[in-house]
Amino acid sequence: MDTENLGQHISKQFNQDLENIREEVLAMGGLVEEQLKKALEAFSQHDIELANEVIANDDRVNNFEISIDEDCIKILAKRQPAASDLRLVSTVLKAITDLERVGDEAEKIARMAVEIAETKDQSPLNGKLPYSALQNLGNVVKTMLHEALDAFARMDADAAIEVAKKDKKADDEYDAISRQLMTYMMEEPRSISKVLDFLWSARALERIGDHAHNICEYIVYLVQGQDVRHLTWDEIHRLVKSRN
Amino acid sequence: MTQVLAEKTIEQRLADEKISIEVEKLNLFYGQKQALHDIDMKIPEKKVTAFIGPSGCGKSTLLRCFNRMNDLVDIARVSGKINIHGNNINQPGVDVAELRRNVGMVFQKPNPFPKSIYENIAYGLRLQGINKRRVLDEVVEWALKGAALWDEVKDRLHENALGMSGGQQQRLCIARAIAVQPEVLLLDEPASALDPISTLKIEELIHELKNDYTIVIVTHNMQQAARVSDYTAFMYMGDMVEFDQTDTIFTNPSQKKTEDYITGRYG
Repeated sequence: MDTENLGQHISKQFNQDLENIREEVLAMGGLVEEQLKKALEAFSQHDIELANEVIANDDRVNNFEISIDEDCIKILAKRQPAASDLRLVSTVLKAITDLERVGDEAEKIARMAVEIAETKDQSPLNGKLPYSALQNLGNVVKTMLHEALDAFARMDADAAIEVAKKDKKADDEYDAISRQLMTYMMEEPRSISKVLDFLWSARALERIGDHAHNICEYIVYLVQGQDVRHLTWDEIHRLVKSRN
Repeated sequence: MTQVLAEKTIEQRLADEKISIEVEKLNLFYGQKQALHDIDMKIPEKKVTAFIGPSGCGKSTLLRCFNRMNDLVDIARVSGKINIHGNNINQPGVDVAELRRNVGMVFQKPNPFPKSIYENIAYGLRLQGINKRRVLDEVVEWALKGAALWDEVKDRLHENALGMSGGQQQRLCIARAIAVQPEVLLLDEPASALDPISTLKIEELIHELKNDYTIVIVTHNMQQAARVSDYTAFMYMGDMVEFDQTDTIFTNPSQKKTEDYITGRYG
């Protein structure tokens, strides 16, 4: 399946319906990316106003999910899509759930940003928290999300697999941060709640990496019809190669 | 993990099935024009196999080969083998009437005999020498129930079948076909003249009948093929383009032509 293939139905209306959900997913993805970027910025800059904007905008993400969901159900009911069309609709249905979750995680980070910003002057730990490590993790998952959406737009299974592989890096970064934070908690038990806020934010980022990973797996299914969930990289490469 | 990878190919699947009809190098010409090209396929026993493809692709022609209906077309010439339970039905000396009893057929247009509803179904049994009233009554009721027609006609079994609606006539033809208990049932667009409810009843019936019969169905309604069949063959211009499990054909076909056809793209 490729992008050109999408617009060749005898029914122009069907072309339009499918193109429409595809574009909506990309629009939703763009919004979610924006939310993540702003949440990270609010977090590192202690920008409460920006964090509140992210929190308020989560509704828009939710509305996207609901409306795309409805569009997909209508296509299923009216068109009974088959083969690659069916895989597109099923991929979209699943991908928007993951995107909505990414939106929730971004909102979570924004809430933590508010918490941390409001108490920043009272904490002895303030200068010690690993902001730059968190920013690194943030950059990894931001890139993953961006590239996953890109792979979806281009229907590129190989690119999707490469993106999914980066999830390991996100997991490693997260582990490093959590180890570091644990030592702070032991050193400074009074700051545990604040350190936990920080840890939850890192955790939220790590989850975003997982969601991007999921989306990449759906893309492989969309393009090649192969379900690659819960397989090792070796197995995935073998499967994908046998299709090419 | 590796089990996930080891998805069975169609060849492996068929190796696990009992084969009812085996087609080898089947070619069919209508005069100069070749309508079927080197068809090789295996149709599993007690399963539903659907033939799909655009008009003129040869799917009905292939279906008609299975009970030699093409004999009735003067200009048709057939080469190649069709083994039904091991016997090549294309060889000389085959009792075609017996073959057609064993391989029943229902056509696109309902074609009841201009007789009563009861006699339409009893006809095939009488030909076999069954005349006992009690046996005939039983079979007529069973066959009509099987074809989802009994409730509508039980009070007028002796009225002329031509007075029924088109949909009812078609179901009568299905009842007539199953009354003689064939091994194979060929259905050529059996539901294209029926309303949606009757269509669902027929589909339900097909699902039930496959416990006892090998069913081959030609349909233009792709969703119907997806719903009722276990295996699907996609034909295009006299070629068997792809034959696979129905689930595979409708979620992830391997041929682009199949994909284009079932998703409604320009061919």
